[in-house]
Amino acid sequence: MSTLAVHDHGVAHHDDHGHEHHHNQSFLSKYVFSMDHKMIAKQFLITGITMAVIAMILSILFRIQLAYPEKTFPLLTTLLGRFAPNGRISADFYLSLVTIHGTIMVFFVLTAGLSGTFANLLIPLQVGARDMASPFMNMLSYWFFFLASVVMLSSFLVQKGPASGGWTIYPPLSALPKAMPGSGEGMTLWLISMVMFVASSLMGGINYVSTVLNMRTKGMDLWKMPLTIWALFLTAILGILAFPVLVAGVVLLIFDRSFGTSFYLSDIVLNGVQQPYEGGSPILFQHLFWFLGHPEVYIVIMPAMGISSEIMSVNSRKPIFGYHAMVYSLIGITVLSFIVWGHHMFVTGMNPFLGGVFMITTLIIAVPSAVKTFNWLATLWRGNIRFTPAMLFAIGMVSFFISGGLTGIFLGNAALDINLHDTYFVVAHFHLVMGSAAIFGMLAGVYHWFPKMFGKMMDEKLGYLHFWLTFIGAYLVFFPMHFMGLDGVPRRYYAFTEFVSMQRWLTVNTFITWAAIMAACAQVAFLYNFISSIFIGKKATQNPWEANTLEWTTPVEHLHGNWPGEIPTVYRWPYDYSKPGAEEDYIPQTVPFSQTMSSNLPHDFEDNPKGLEELNKFNSTLKANEQVK
Amino acid sequence: MLLGTNLLMAQTEATANTGGQPDAPQVDWTGVAYYLLLFFLVCLGVAVIGKILKIYDLTLKIQGKKGMKWNTVMAVVCLVFLIAGLYGAYWSFTVQGSMTLPEAASVHGVKIDEMFTVTTVLTMIVFFVTQILLFGFLFQYRHSDKRRAHFLPHNNTIEKIWTIAPAIVLTILVVFGFFTWQKIMDNTDAKGEPASINVDITGHQFAWELRYPGKDGKLGPKDFRLVTAANKLGVNFKKRSSFDDLQVDTMYLPVNKSVRLNIQALDVIHSVYMPHFRVQLNAVPGLPTFFKFTPTITTAQMRTQLDDPKFEYLVYCNKICGGGHYNMQKVVRVVTEAEYQAWLSRQKPYLSDALRKELHFAAADQPKKESQNRLALNN
Repeated sequence: MSTLAVHDHGVAHHDDHGHEHHHNQSFLSKYVFSMDHKMIAKQFLITGITMAVIAMILSILFRIQLAYPEKTFPLLTTLLGRFAPNGRISADFYLSLVTIHGTIMVFFVLTAGLSGTFANLLIPLQVGARDMASPFMNMLSYWFFFLASVVMLSSFLVQKGPASGGWTIYPPLSALPKAMPGSGEGMTLWLISMVMFVASSLMGGINYVSTVLNMRTKGMDLWKMPLTIWALFLTAILGILAFPVLVAGVVLLIFDRSFGTSFYLSDIVLNGVQQPYEGGSPILFQHLFWFLGHPEVYIVIMPAMGISSEIMSVNSRKPIFGYHAMVYSLIGITVLSFIVWGHHMFVTGMNPFLGGVFMITTLIIAVPSAVKTFNWLATLWRGNIRFTPAMLFAIGMVSFFISGGLTGIFLGNAALDINLHDTYFVVAHFHLVMGSAAIFGMLAGVYHWFPKMFGKMMDEKLGYLHFWLTFIGAYLVFFPMHFMGLDGVPRRYYAFTEFVSMQRWLTVNTFITWAAIMAACAQVAFLYNFISSIFIGKKATQNPWEANTLEWTTPVEHLHGNWPGEIPTVYRWPYDYSKPGAEEDYIPQTVPFSQTMSSNLPHDFEDNPKGLEELNKFNSTLKANEQVK
Repeated sequence: MLLGTNLLMAQTEATANTGGQPDAPQVDWTGVAYYLLLFFLVCLGVAVIGKILKIYDLTLKIQGKKGMKWNTVMAVVCLVFLIAGLYGAYWSFTVQGSMTLPEAASVHGVKIDEMFTVTTVLTMIVFFVTQILLFGFLFQYRHSDKRRAHFLPHNNTIEKIWTIAPAIVLTILVVFGFFTWQKIMDNTDAKGEPASINVDITGHQFAWELRYPGKDGKLGPKDFRLVTAANKLGVNFKKRSSFDDLQVDTMYLPVNKSVRLNIQALDVIHSVYMPHFRVQLNAVPGLPTFFKFTPTITTAQMRTQLDDPKFEYLVYCNKICGGGHYNMQKVVRVVTEAEYQAWLSRQKPYLSDALRKELHFAAADQPKKESQNRLALNN
């Protein structure tokens, strides 16, 4: 199915007969194998939320182990069977929990769940397209993601349990089935799942890029696109360039595991038995992994940045401060993110000079991040701030991004990283800056665009409760972890009972676990709100947040092709909020300048000399009239 | 709202104190039911509060007033959060901050700590200023129907300032960091510098093996193909330098002497982590790595400093390596030169009797039984 076909189909039908023909879609083609971008977005969102809940439960399970390393919980044996003998999670299964929690959260929730949902929903709606460039490929993208999720979860059903080498699956640990139980079938399933996931991600990404580049409506030049689109567009480019490298790395690992090659293995004696591998390098895998892995953290955070920018502008009733700077800093982050991967490898024993170079590039990337933060603050300054739940989550995202981003300056410094590498300081850092910040961006997006997705409003008060409990909970969980890291407490430790020096952190661990449980319980407020609002929520109006972007010009009831008539033309940038002289405090992108003569500024006509002439004429007549009076 | 939060917190605290399920082998379903019930009660409480708020809101509207001003409520909560958060951060810094590592016990560690302090001061200024501005603005510029936001799309001057300012600060950090890093990572002994003591540390699942050079000061070469039960590291005995190597159990280091750790792994990646010395480097199979450092504080001095007579320096594993990853420790003792020499003279050679036999060397003088026992212990 080609781009043109969709266009013609949509336009022709809508112009002639309205949209009756959409009602004869079967259940299967409407809800399951749907090619409509809005439905696919909902599929991504609901799968993403399901995976997030599962990964959250996994985290609570290992938090219980960390808080009560010597207590037995018979319930755990009942629930987990052989993985938790005698009421305690086993050391190997603990590592499985950590691994799968990380994998699901990073890839399935914050990559597919975040980009998949909002790129699918917003790209066609905000650039003014009837659907994605390739709706069929878009559908495939979701189903590959779904399959990948099923395969990943199915690894809990194999005898020796899921992969357990950490979400970074460094060989030789992940390459040698005898090195740990999780490196057997569980690892095989992990690898299969990831290959399918990357396929999904690529199909999605190619679609997003081609839609943004080719299918924008009349008047929508790149500098009139909302920041959400910019962020999602650059994220897709990052994904397309980085994910194939992960596949390359994973395929070589599959070769090492199953076909006797030695890409990553050399000089290994496992349990006293020499292994027949020679000439490979475990560091090679780390280079390939982090060549994706680092852009990946920006793949996770950039959509959250875009969503937050948009929501903060709408709810401050104020244009985003420094729109161009925001775009350029996103581009800067995109480019730089490809040359910083080595900062994950300062202490692997790679050439120290290389470490020095990576340290320089890493700290440079802090500059665009700082610019973004200051611009967000400037956006709030002298705004007229409405506290919708979406706004609160966007603010939470900024707060987490600051807190977590600053600790990145420690870790990006190779000399400081020597002592902080792989400690709880790192855990605290990335959970704030890419974990909490990105999930808050995602939740902000859900609250903000729920009316667009489901035509209903979510309950605001439950949203407030959800926000404060989660926000406070996340800080209570991750803030103390910095100090554990500064005391040299390593991550991925099953228990801190074996070290006298670490036992004093036990009370802190117990506190963290209960804070995590509180935050997890708060998600029930969200789930209840989300599900019940779909069915019994208040009906949404067309533009509930009084926003400027194009998606709010579509009817509340979804229809294939998005706009019943012609696709609206865009005349202005998306951030004309509280423009002096305008009647309302917002001017949608579809309103031409000719209708807003009283609020036009010379700046609006920078590359439009004719318009500027008109404005000058208008202003001079205005002055003349005043003089007459 | 806050009341609800506090309530929930209080309850979780209470449950924490009552302390989970008892240690019975059978599942204590009443315990499980108790927690579920508690959760439902909290939910019910939230629902009741929600209803009360709704009714209050409606009565306000019936009286012709505007409903609850949620924007104001949230703005106030933001302010409360800011104040509570600042206090919490301060508390965490003082209480938990004092639980962190003591001063660095190595020459390069002191430099790392200095840089850490500079970075902390700079970042914490930014942290407090930005968070105060963020939540301060939220309170200050909360919604009002009477006001319109200030239309300010951009300001090139201020944007230039806050691009260049962080760039300068980061450049300073980068330059200092770069040179410190290069210096720390320089593993070769400079001309005229006394030679470092070579210590061989090899990681495997789940322990560390230590090897010290003998009188010649040189460690014999290794090859993984030569690994046997008696020759765990695969030392090559075709070379002279291997014969006087020592196998030791605790890492003794003389104070104020340069040490060069030769780091290797047999099976999977491990990481040699000695936080008190600010030393960490991965042990990678097939890729020998090195870390040179000079300990400056003896174990005895550190014990008096920390007022902890049981204090020990440790080396432990900091790269996930399997089920036993969480307990892969070895004691490191920093001692005076005299103590070090005395200890060194007591150590047994790596070339044990079993190994001699395996290699068809002439038997040593020691009785065999003892050496076998020692081997069994090492295993």
